[in-house]
Amino acid sequence: MPTPLKILVPVKRVIDYAVKPRVNKARTAVETAGVKHSMNPFDELSIEAAVRMRERKNPPVDDILALSAGPAKCVDVLRTAMAMGADRSIHVEIPDAGQGQAELEPLGVAKLLAKVVAEEGPNLVILGKQSIDDDSNQTGQMLAGLLGWGQATQASKIEFDDGDRVSVTREVDGGVETVRFPLPGIITTDLRLNEPRYASLPNIMKAKKKKLEKKTLSDYGVDEGRRLKTVRVEEPPPRKGGGKVEDVDGMIAKLKELGAI
Amino acid sequence: MLLTTRHSAFRQAQCYLRLSRTFNRQQQSAFARLLSSLAVLEQREGKLQSASLSAVTAAQKLGGSITGFVAGSRVRSVAEEAAKVRGLEKIIMVENGAYDKALPENYAPLLAENIKKGGFTHVFAGHSAFGKNLMPRVSALLDVQQISDITVIEGEDTFVRPIYAGNAILTVQSSDKIKMITIRGTAFTAAEAEGGSAEITEGVDPKVEIKTEWLSEDLAKSDRPDLATASKVVSGGRGLKSKEEFDRIIPPLADALGAAIGASRAAVDSGFADNSLQVGQTGKNVAPQLYLCAGISGAIQHLAGMKDSKVIAAINKDADAPIFHVADVGLVGNLFDKVPELTIKLKQ
Repeated sequence: MPTPLKILVPVKRVIDYAVKPRVNKARTAVETAGVKHSMNPFDELSIEAAVRMRERKNPPVDDILALSAGPAKCVDVLRTAMAMGADRSIHVEIPDAGQGQAELEPLGVAKLLAKVVAEEGPNLVILGKQSIDDDSNQTGQMLAGLLGWGQATQASKIEFDDGDRVSVTREVDGGVETVRFPLPGIITTDLRLNEPRYASLPNIMKAKKKKLEKKTLSDYGVDEGRRLKTVRVEEPPPRKGGGKVEDVDGMIAKLKELGAI
Repeated sequence: MLLTTRHSAFRQAQCYLRLSRTFNRQQQSAFARLLSSLAVLEQREGKLQSASLSAVTAAQKLGGSITGFVAGSRVRSVAEEAAKVRGLEKIIMVENGAYDKALPENYAPLLAENIKKGGFTHVFAGHSAFGKNLMPRVSALLDVQQISDITVIEGEDTFVRPIYAGNAILTVQSSDKIKMITIRGTAFTAAEAEGGSAEITEGVDPKVEIKTEWLSEDLAKSDRPDLATASKVVSGGRGLKSKEEFDRIIPPLADALGAAIGASRAAVDSGFADNSLQVGQTGKNVAPQLYLCAGISGAIQHLAGMKDSKVIAAINKDADAPIFHVADVGLVGNLFDKVPELTIKLKQ
């Protein structure tokens, strides 16, 4: 009988992927006020992966815990996670987060998660491979390092065998590779892993009754000291959209003129 | 010996002078101490991966001494190859087959030990699948907040990186003792593979036992130039409609130009092209001399991966497609007519 899974899925509230971010006037951060936010797309894949594990029942899934650290509005993404199938959630409130400076860095998040793991006892943590705001691609690997657990990043396929081992196919440069490790372990999700479901209205209603615990960083003894100071945030240099050409000959002529061919 | 000392003193002075022109006075004082970088070099099956030589270039931009690091079985020949790379003073080599697949579970403690022993101030690796998988784990072991995917080095502690899919450019200053950095390959060209004569030394091997096993890999085989480093890229999107059409239309154009093939997420998701060809925020970043795309609308996430290309050319039937806002050369038309015509005319 395989060991039941207890899964922790950290989720992040980010500016919606379809929104074009704008740098604020003070050049200190990207403008977040009044901008549509959603769950980080890779985190949706993580929740979906956890819920599919439950549906497959082999190994059985005892618990899916969603966690988010950030401002009050993170509750929205946690409710979404629970509407998709997470059993319960923890919101680690960081009151000033979202103003750029106070947000935890990946190392801070990893340290927080390591404490959560110690307290909640999951044997599998599924994270997104990167958040689409900071684009760091670090937290899962850092957590694995802190815990000394096996890691499989950029997963496109996850399979369990009968001996508590998980095989993960990873997207790497030039193709895929498959690694296998016994639980406990860390998996980070890549786009090709699955297609996240939409939360149905009844499930959204049910999610409102699921348990959502409020915590603070000090509950876990994690300080939010930052190692990186934002010097400035700028708009990238704009590209001059060049003119259009009439036909293929025009395109070839222009490419020659630009020295591209 | 004297020669070496004089040489390195000269280099130091030289680097100080070079840097002092670009750095402000406050930052200059930080250069009083010696900078010492480690460039983590990737090897596969006894071959040095030339893309990882971008890490050497980044370290050269910083100044100070540069050491290369390689690990794996029969790695001496890789170390010898790396020793010829211009800019490297020393190679640390760890010969142990346990590191062949660069599993971070044992490679990270290996690297952490060698970083501590060598007293490096900066560690550079490419923001490749290898660097992405490995470096954050090493950073956590060293209690360092890594800086990912940098494009510019402004000072010994100040680095520039794109965030929000390249829609904002962040400059950060690190207060960590060791700067752990992954670099965007397209922002730092690979160091020259000839002209150096580094000394090869053996590193420490903590031989951490791990439970992770490497099972298999399935790499797309291709004679074409590598997508990430190609000087020309031909890319197809949803507009190709099917894998058959993608294969019929795109490779001949790529052949005519000697280009690598890329694809949009839509094309990959629809199964027209392999995952590893995806260009964009979550795929590959490319910055070729020419990026020629057909049937790609130009979503934010796609632009993130190609908008640093020198020349962008686009063929799309929708005159309002966002791709035309960034394209240097835009042709509005049916790609099923225009691309084959372009292919034929380029061959002439």
